[in-house]
Amino acid sequence: MALVKAFTQFVEPVDPPAVAVGESRRPPKIETVQMGFFYGTHQALRDISLKINERAVTALIGPSGCGKSTYLRSLNRMNDIIEGTRVTGSVMLDGEDIYAREVDVVSLRKRVGMVFQKSTPFPKSIFDNVSFGPRIAGLTNRAELTEIVEKSLQQAALWNEVKDRMRESAMALSGGQQQRLCIARALATSPEILLMDEPASALDPASTSRIEDLIFELKQNYTIVIVTHNMQQAARISEVTAFFYQGRLVEVGQTKQLFTNPTQKETEDYITGRFG
Amino acid sequence: MSSTGPIRRDNQSSLRRVFSWQRLQEEAIRFLLFGCALLSVLTTVAIIFVLVTESLVGIPPHTAFFQDVSFSEFFFSTEWAPQFSGSQQHYGVMPLVCGTFLITGISGLIGLPVGLMIAIYLSEYASPRARSICKPALEILAGVPTVVYGYFGLRFVTPYMIMPLFKSMGFSVYGFNALCGGIVVGIMIIPMVASLSEDVMRAVPNSLRESGYALGATKFDVSARIVVPSALSGILASFLLALSRSIGETMAVAICAGNSPNLTLNPFSSVQTMTAFIVNVMQGEVVAGSTLEKSLYAVALVLFVITLVMNLISQMVLSRYREVYQ
Repeated sequence: MALVKAFTQFVEPVDPPAVAVGESRRPPKIETVQMGFFYGTHQALRDISLKINERAVTALIGPSGCGKSTYLRSLNRMNDIIEGTRVTGSVMLDGEDIYAREVDVVSLRKRVGMVFQKSTPFPKSIFDNVSFGPRIAGLTNRAELTEIVEKSLQQAALWNEVKDRMRESAMALSGGQQQRLCIARALATSPEILLMDEPASALDPASTSRIEDLIFELKQNYTIVIVTHNMQQAARISEVTAFFYQGRLVEVGQTKQLFTNPTQKETEDYITGRFG
Repeated sequence: MSSTGPIRRDNQSSLRRVFSWQRLQEEAIRFLLFGCALLSVLTTVAIIFVLVTESLVGIPPHTAFFQDVSFSEFFFSTEWAPQFSGSQQHYGVMPLVCGTFLITGISGLIGLPVGLMIAIYLSEYASPRARSICKPALEILAGVPTVVYGYFGLRFVTPYMIMPLFKSMGFSVYGFNALCGGIVVGIMIIPMVASLSEDVMRAVPNSLRESGYALGATKFDVSARIVVPSALSGILASFLLALSRSIGETMAVAICAGNSPNLTLNPFSSVQTMTAFIVNVMQGEVVAGSTLEKSLYAVALVLFVITLVMNLISQMVLSRYREVYQ
């Protein structure tokens, strides 16, 4: 580490490469090209060019207010809800610009699911929570709904704990269970991508480790982008890590390489705990 | 020799209580505030006392209403004709209760859905600009004196809305009718439902809405399937409070619905509500100490109990369905 530090002090920060390291042969699932983001006149993100690989975990790290959550939320256009926001550049999902005029936000969000920092069970039964997505999509067949609910809860590793209490209120579950319920609820709409905004930051260590195991399982089938404050967590679960600082993408690389051998001084300062 | 205890400086103030103007002032403020709270309790107690002594248990030599008229006559007789004498006199409260509930029912059918939809619009759909126009308009609606509503009903709603519509359909509509009273009271409770429901809907955490949107919900899905169910307890409570208001409404129904105590559910006929009866008798000449005068208190007691029960139910609903957000 000392060597790295000594080395990086003499290296001028250069613009990060637009191409993600850990290049796979498949085209990227999501690609943002010179993306910028504005809250009114305040620019929260500038010039973000990042490729996100399919069926892998990409972690976004950085100090509070660095724009990583804003970036995550712009991948399924959640920021549209906030008045006066604006995106520049482009965000491509499978080569399609999701901010194009003809894009239907509702169908976009069905393909790009999201799990929030705070678990947000609806004040309904466990079954009604998980079946919410398929239901608003128009599915009414009870047998199919039951099947989807069971499958989603199994994927979220919650089925065994709740299978006998599907009619009970979701508010009665513990914090960790509620968060896994929210993951199950997101999975029920069978998305291709799962965006996770600090999904474990409000949980105790045991629940956190369950969520991490779960993420490890889920990446077989889903593309996962996760924002985390916890650098050990990023190191444990992700293949690629991107470091955001002051609205810019400072560095992106293979997780192992970024944590052991960062090329940028800011990255190193952050991961060694000098700020943030 | 120096003492080993804590050093006591000469200028240190004593801990002993001594008289001070500041403390007196504190006591006086406390007393004043307590007096105000006591006033509301005493008023309630005094009202209940008057209602009970005039209707249930008389203070001798004065007799109470139910010592002149039997319970079964009051609650089961289907005729209300207190102004007549002899065998034509009847004290069956049912026509008044029925008239009250008929008008309350109609007002609920109109006021509750419209109020709720306004609340959904204001809380979920309206731009800040639209809100800034809509909210004051609602407040103005709430501030219109009820007698003006009554006149509006009698001179506009009945002749220009009810008459043309329902007469052409073959109904016989009276100039004073329950439907008009119900419509007018329904309009009157709209601001109450809208503003109370809007408050509880705005209190639903935004994170729930975001979760809904993230699952591909439309604005209507989020409003109808997340926000309204989450705010259900408050919405139901606002409904019950609004219906209490309908039951107690006096001037508008006295003007619009006529003053004939008919035991009917026909919205086109003239009815009399409990409140309309009271105001009607008070306007005429009533002999103090007569059974007619005491019947005012008996009717008022029934009204009081009904409203009290409604308010208690709304309290229960609030605590039963309250969702706790962390």
